[in-house]
Amino acid sequence: MTAMLEVCGLTVNYGRIQAVRGIDFTLETGQISALVGANGAGKSTTLLALSGLLPKAGGQVRFEGEDITRLAPHQIVARGIVQVPEGRAILTTLTVLENLELGAYRHGLKAADDELDAVLHLFPPLKERLHGLAGNLSGGEQQMLAIGRALMAKPRLLLLDEPSMGLAPLVVQEIFRALRAINRGGLTLLLVEQNVCQALKLAQHGYVLENGLMALSGPGRELLGHPRMLEAYLGG
Amino acid sequence: MLEQQFVNALSLGCIYALFALGFTLVFGVLGIINLGHGAVFMVGAYAALMTVIHLNLPLWVAIIAAMIAAGLAGAAIDALVLKPLRKRGAPHLIPMIATIGTAIILNNGAQAVFGAGTLRFPFGTVPEEALQIAGVKVTALDLGIIVLSFAMMAALLLVMRRTQFGRALRAIAESPKAARLLGINVERLFFVTSLAAAALGGLAGVLISLNSNAIFPLMGQDILLKGIAVIILGGMGDIRGAMLGGLFLGFAEVLSVAYIGSDMRDAVAFGLLFLILLLRPQGLFGKVVQRKA
Ligand SMILES: Nc1ncnc2c1ncn2[C@@H]1O[C@H](COP(=O)(O)OP(=O)(O)OP(=O)(O)O)[C@@H](O)[C@H]1O
Ligand SMILES: [Mg+2]
Repeated sequence: MTAMLEVCGLTVNYGRIQAVRGIDFTLETGQISALVGANGAGKSTTLLALSGLLPKAGGQVRFEGEDITRLAPHQIVARGIVQVPEGRAILTTLTVLENLELGAYRHGLKAADDELDAVLHLFPPLKERLHGLAGNLSGGEQQMLAIGRALMAKPRLLLLDEPSMGLAPLVVQEIFRALRAINRGGLTLLLVEQNVCQALKLAQHGYVLENGLMALSGPGRELLGHPRMLEAYLGG
Repeated sequence: MLEQQFVNALSLGCIYALFALGFTLVFGVLGIINLGHGAVFMVGAYAALMTVIHLNLPLWVAIIAAMIAAGLAGAAIDALVLKPLRKRGAPHLIPMIATIGTAIILNNGAQAVFGAGTLRFPFGTVPEEALQIAGVKVTALDLGIIVLSFAMMAALLLVMRRTQFGRALRAIAESPKAARLLGINVERLFFVTSLAAAALGGLAGVLISLNSNAIFPLMGQDILLKGIAVIILGGMGDIRGAMLGGLFLGFAEVLSVAYIGSDMRDAVAFGLLFLILLLRPQGLFGKVVQRKA
């Protein structure tokens, strides 16, 4: 196994508030890793810093051996690290197709024909809504669009911030099924979830963030049985 | 008579539309009201005049020179004023105030170099021919203004609708954060937008100075107010709205001069505008969308 992403001592501040306080973690190539934790633990902050949208106050991020700590967001996307952010960030005033096309912004539309087919195959509901405004999609469809749009960028590492948020259980199943399929296709995933149980079942490796510090880490199944996890997140 | 007024109104409205386009583009993409837009309009007019007088080049070259000069001014304002403010995360009112400053600097600069008086293009610069189209006399100048303006508007609409560049600009207009996550170099597109918007402003500047044959340092201040009115009428940030709003203002002005009297021109035009906004406060094409972080 080789490490795709190595994070070392990552620190992120909002003014004087330390939201992430020197965390270390490693993502293995081809795996699904989960990052879980309570509200305000610093999960979204970590992802936004990885994508370059928040400045890193300290630490280092290496992607496939290259130091990407100081790169700008578009350079990070160009390396193949693509994020589906919290709240999905769908462009509601653009059509579904235009959202997908913008996913392929970096390498152009012509190069993304296969990706478009693959995305529509993965998420059939999007096919019928291609020319409608993205703002009119249901929550589940918007999440599909957000993931599909990220796939259009031909990512090597996909960061997902709470893809199950606000969705009905059946739709969540659908999304998780798609994530499993994407991963089987060879894509490395980092999944941030409040849905701790489902996330750890899906992930080969899990990390638990508490108050900006890495509290626990280990194989997903092991964490599911960890006494501290049972007590704090899995409802005994 | 009415047909004649129609042509005048159309060419004036086209110029307002071009001016408002740049204005609305900056508002939509950068999220700021650029009160320096009138000054780059003035820069375009002077650049064209200098090209004709000192370089003895034909009018079409002067028009291109106007767009280049104004575009460079817009780019410089972005790089030297707006970008540093963005870096510091300055709230929206700050860049607006800063653009007032750039307008004053450019206006005073023009006054220092060219004097406060009105300058004109030398006789013969503006083509004098007139065509008869369906019984209406259309001057070559009016025709040129109308054709050029519509070509510009069509090109801009096409770019916004059909290209990745246009989609990226619309993405930034809705959410700069989402655009960044898509790998769009938002900072660079801010710069390009400032440049393109100013070039459109410069084009409007040279066209109006040909239309009225008058160039003076404060020529941008009048049209600035009209530009604000037009983009509010059209719906802030909306491109089609800026076009229609500009045409509307052109017609309102010309027809009120023709039928009510020239003293009442602005009063009637702005009165009508106010009435429309009472009926449709969000403007013709405005949506009630809140910009996201
Ligand atoms: N823009 C901000 N300004 C100041 N503090 C912030 C900001 N965003 C987040 N924080 C704080 O940083 C800490 C971490 O927030 P973050 O959003 O990363 O948590 P999270 O783990 O993603 O939580 P959730 O599960 O609710 O999404 C919290 O204490 C939060 O209040
Ligand atoms: Mg979060």
